[in-house]
Amino acid sequence: MKFLINHIKRYRFLLGELVKKGIRLKYRRSYLGVIWSLIEPLLTTVVLVIVFGTLFNNKKPTFPLYIISGRLIYTFFSQSTKAASKSIRKNASMIKKVYVPKYLYPLSQVLFNYVIFMISLIVLVLVAVYCKTPPTFLIWQMIPALVFLLVISVGAGMVLSTMDVFFRDTEYLWNVMLMIIMYLCAIFYYPERLLKSGFAWILKYNPLYCIIDIFRGSVLGYMATAWDYAYAAAFSIFAIVFGIFIFDKKQDEFILHI
Amino acid sequence: MAAQKNAGDKDTEEKKKEKVLRRPPEEEIIIRGGKGASIRRKEIGPESEVPSGTGKVAGGNAPANGEALAVHKEVAVKVDHLSMKFNLSQEKLDSLKEWFIKFLKRDIKYDEFWALKDINFTLYKGERLGILGLNGAGKSTLLKAIAGVYKPTEGSVYRKGVLAPLLELGAGFDMQYTARENIYLYGAVLGYSKEFIDSKFDEIIKFSELQKFIDVPLKNYSSGMKTRLGFAICTAVDPDILILDEVLSVGDAKFRKKSEKKITSMFSSDVTVLFVSHSLAQVRRICDKAMILDHGKLLAYGDVEEIADRYEEMTEK
Repeated sequence: MKFLINHIKRYRFLLGELVKKGIRLKYRRSYLGVIWSLIEPLLTTVVLVIVFGTLFNNKKPTFPLYIISGRLIYTFFSQSTKAASKSIRKNASMIKKVYVPKYLYPLSQVLFNYVIFMISLIVLVLVAVYCKTPPTFLIWQMIPALVFLLVISVGAGMVLSTMDVFFRDTEYLWNVMLMIIMYLCAIFYYPERLLKSGFAWILKYNPLYCIIDIFRGSVLGYMATAWDYAYAAAFSIFAIVFGIFIFDKKQDEFILHI
Repeated sequence: MAAQKNAGDKDTEEKKKEKVLRRPPEEEIIIRGGKGASIRRKEIGPESEVPSGTGKVAGGNAPANGEALAVHKEVAVKVDHLSMKFNLSQEKLDSLKEWFIKFLKRDIKYDEFWALKDINFTLYKGERLGILGLNGAGKSTLLKAIAGVYKPTEGSVYRKGVLAPLLELGAGFDMQYTARENIYLYGAVLGYSKEFIDSKFDEIIKFSELQKFIDVPLKNYSSGMKTRLGFAICTAVDPDILILDEVLSVGDAKFRKKSEKKITSMFSSDVTVLFVSHSLAQVRRICDKAMILDHGKLLAYGDVEEIADRYEEMTEK
């Protein structure tokens, strides 16, 4: 325990610096800077609402809110895991010179994206006002959803960064996977028909969909199912344990491959 | 896991308090390889952790001059049966598909390569070791193993005190970051605290002579400027152990002189030095001990003059 506290004390500053670096560099030399993290989801949501609202003839007033809540979660997951998967290779020159716990690199990548994600949550307020959907007390569900999301992203980031050291293909493979995940997360369509069909398992066993559903519940004011909670929690724990296990097992070999 | 902490004697306690703000935590580190590999890290308390048998390592070479004094000195670095093995894959298996096919066919071949084989030596506080050897003898690997970058395949490395690794200066910076930001980032990687970097910031800039370019992204720097910055950051710390890998042969003549002066100025403060250089003259000037590495094996260890002469003979053949 004492070891752990010392460890945190020792590396807190470094982790902070790495997170800061990610945030600073992301919007460096752009005029609007961090405001982009608000504009970007808004613009894509407008497009999605127009396209899919017309295509599926969707007239529900809460449809924009539905889309943006799903999209925000998905975007964070994809950005953070992508960044984490490259983190070890990108910091190769540091790793070759100085010993620091290597998990700090993928972790910092996920965390800096998390900070930006938190900022981008502001757009939810705007869209909620636009959709005339006042928050209910069910908004507390946002907290577990955000916790699950962070844990699952860190876990996935650890696994991906480990794999990427040994196989560059990981990045490209993960890009393809992320696209598939996007279509399987019911971001821009309503899941009811899919849930009634024989393909319900696609959503039920998709941890990211479960998290999105909980998150939407908090915004739109409905209670997510117990299954969503149980599965998202179980999968998050699995992801982080598996991620730490794999990373820890392989981290001493990183130096030989980067 | 937690290291035992006895009540430390007053001297070290006081020393520690004095330095707390000014330097990264002083610590003992033992890196073990092989089975049960581990890194033990402990902030310094009493000196109970020094592994046994520290007096007589180095094959009896060290006290040859009758310097019994050395035995009573504190151990700064102890390398114990250190071996490093690398797998050189015959083909580069960078893609998953290739690897998978080969894996199924059980066709992954490696050439074993021992970059270091059974290295033993002990450095006491204040000793300055020159590491000699041809290219590929394992000099840099040894330094990196001591710095903790490589984990030993077998054996262990023990070191005590604040370490300043001057390896591949100029690498490891973020190119989009400015010098100012890089100083903080790099300092954090080296284990400096924010207060420490704040207090040393001006000194670093002044030494590296980059006053005009503090807020310029590093991608616009020349390689000499990056090296200077790297040197200034690494040496800001008043280290207990200084690892120098060819660093005194970079930069222009003026900076070379300046950096050598800075390094020599540290010698008075009981710093332990591990120095790799191809310049024998420099090794003679700086070091008091030396070793010869050849194909990963420790050929000779002893006083610098004796070893340097021997190395000269070897290379002239």
